[in-house]
Amino acid sequence: MSSEMKAMDMTDAPVLRAFRESAGIHHYESQEAFETETQHPQEKEIQINDLNLWYGNFHALKSITLTIPSNSVYAFIGPSGCGKSTFLRTLNRMNDMISGCRIEGEIKIDDQNIYDKSVDVTDLRKNVGMVFQKANPFPMSIYDNVAYGPKIHGVPKKELDGIVEHALKSAALWEEVKDRLKESALSLSGGQQQRLCIARTLAVKPEIILFDEPCSALDPISTGRIEELITELKKEYTIIIVTHNMQQASRISDHTAFFLMGELIESGKTTHIFENPKDYRTEGYISGRFG
Amino acid sequence: MKSLFFIGGIGTILILLLICVFLFSEASNFFKTYGLIDFLAGSAWKPGMHPELFGLLPLLFGTAAVTLGAIILAVPIGILSAIYIAELAGPKTAEILKPSVELLAGIPSVVLGFLGMALLVPIIQRTFDLTTGQTALTGSVILGIMALPTIISVSEDAISSVPLPLRNGSFALGANHWQTIYKVVIPAAFSGISASVILGMGRAIGETMAVMMVTGNMAIIPGSDVFLSSVRTITATIALEMGEVARGTEHYYALFAVGVILFIMTFCINLIADAVKRRHQLEV
Repeated sequence: MSSEMKAMDMTDAPVLRAFRESAGIHHYESQEAFETETQHPQEKEIQINDLNLWYGNFHALKSITLTIPSNSVYAFIGPSGCGKSTFLRTLNRMNDMISGCRIEGEIKIDDQNIYDKSVDVTDLRKNVGMVFQKANPFPMSIYDNVAYGPKIHGVPKKELDGIVEHALKSAALWEEVKDRLKESALSLSGGQQQRLCIARTLAVKPEIILFDEPCSALDPISTGRIEELITELKKEYTIIIVTHNMQQASRISDHTAFFLMGELIESGKTTHIFENPKDYRTEGYISGRFG
Repeated sequence: MKSLFFIGGIGTILILLLICVFLFSEASNFFKTYGLIDFLAGSAWKPGMHPELFGLLPLLFGTAAVTLGAIILAVPIGILSAIYIAELAGPKTAEILKPSVELLAGIPSVVLGFLGMALLVPIIQRTFDLTTGQTALTGSVILGIMALPTIISVSEDAISSVPLPLRNGSFALGANHWQTIYKVVIPAAFSGISASVILGMGRAIGETMAVMMVTGNMAIIPGSDVFLSSVRTITATIALEMGEVARGTEHYYALFAVGVILFIMTFCINLIADAVKRRHQLEV
């Protein structure tokens, strides 16, 4: 196997093709296994069917099929450039703004294909919130940052105070900022800024929250707080998190999907993926042999 | 070899220093014979009369009126156009618009003054039924055109430099493009846009030739219809009178004093613009 791994690093084309074929088999096996494991008949879920994405001529996502159950944490792992962040961004259509990006296949949220012509992207993004890799608070007050989303969606002014307080409490930030809501959000520390961004996302009352490596710029203590928060949030929200950090994925997620070069190699319960991976490439990645 | 570069490097500072010393020392001669208060608060500029009066107020008034008018006209157009170029125009349109703005900046002021004289002055005279079309308004229009490139390019820079993550943050909350522009991009670029307005103002205050050609150059404070009266700016006064004045007279030194005022004004404006710009960089 070690010689095969080496060959893959050299991106030798015939070997790659062989890998992909074997990956397909593994993939469907694991998908079936996964679906029998996680029956959530009463819950709304996200279904991705045969999703392909191109940046110009570059085939960045290759026939991804995956079901994401609600009220759980789903982790996407894989080496840099494997397409996990791209995939995450298809779920709230943030790739729409990238020129030359083309998407085929369907993503169903509550049985509605979000790439359908009738779908309002604004409503979709209200329902599917996103927290970015680097905290990106707006250069305005803490209060205004949280109130931004509700305001643009036409929530009356008198309701804003309550929404802001509730969102900040849910993001475990209220106690630290309740006396300085009018201060600039940029005066907060990195970890506080990231929690503010989570509060901002919660304020528009989404059902699904996408986290794109939310802790990669944070110190261990701030990371711990965000992880606690995510575990808390999954009671009410469906959480999907992209992470480079294997320990983080195994700590906080219920399910994990492993991506490699635009393909979904393996997905299933996090415990299965980490303790008993079916695909040797998954095993290679989580045991730190490449990536 | 290194010393050559050193001389080149400090040369600019030396020249600036020499200009300052010369300007201020010549101006100081004026205040030996004429009171500072009479100069700053004097409401009549009458050289060659008895007694000779060198009151700054009419000139200050002329500059203020023309500059204010220019800013009122140029700021809305300039900012709208900067937003259009930075946010809304397609790449091809922007590729045409940006160089056009630079081209506008490259038109010599005398050409604009000439156009103002030939086209704008008659139009304003007819439209408002005046005895002369050489008014503060005419100067404002021409100066507004001259301030536009500064306002557009500096604002456009500020808007374009608003980081992508901020925009994405807004889009991800379900904001549309307009909401993102109004509520996130413009506020984030606000200090840069303010800097562009201040710099445009500096450009307008310092401009001489075009203004001199279209404003009528009457050194009086108009009683009414400020923008439809002839005015004379600080710069036009120096340009018009310096050639005729005898060296070493009180009038000669008075013009240096006026020059010092202009110098201080533009210096302060540049300082403010710089400070505002730096604040902008800290924010983003």
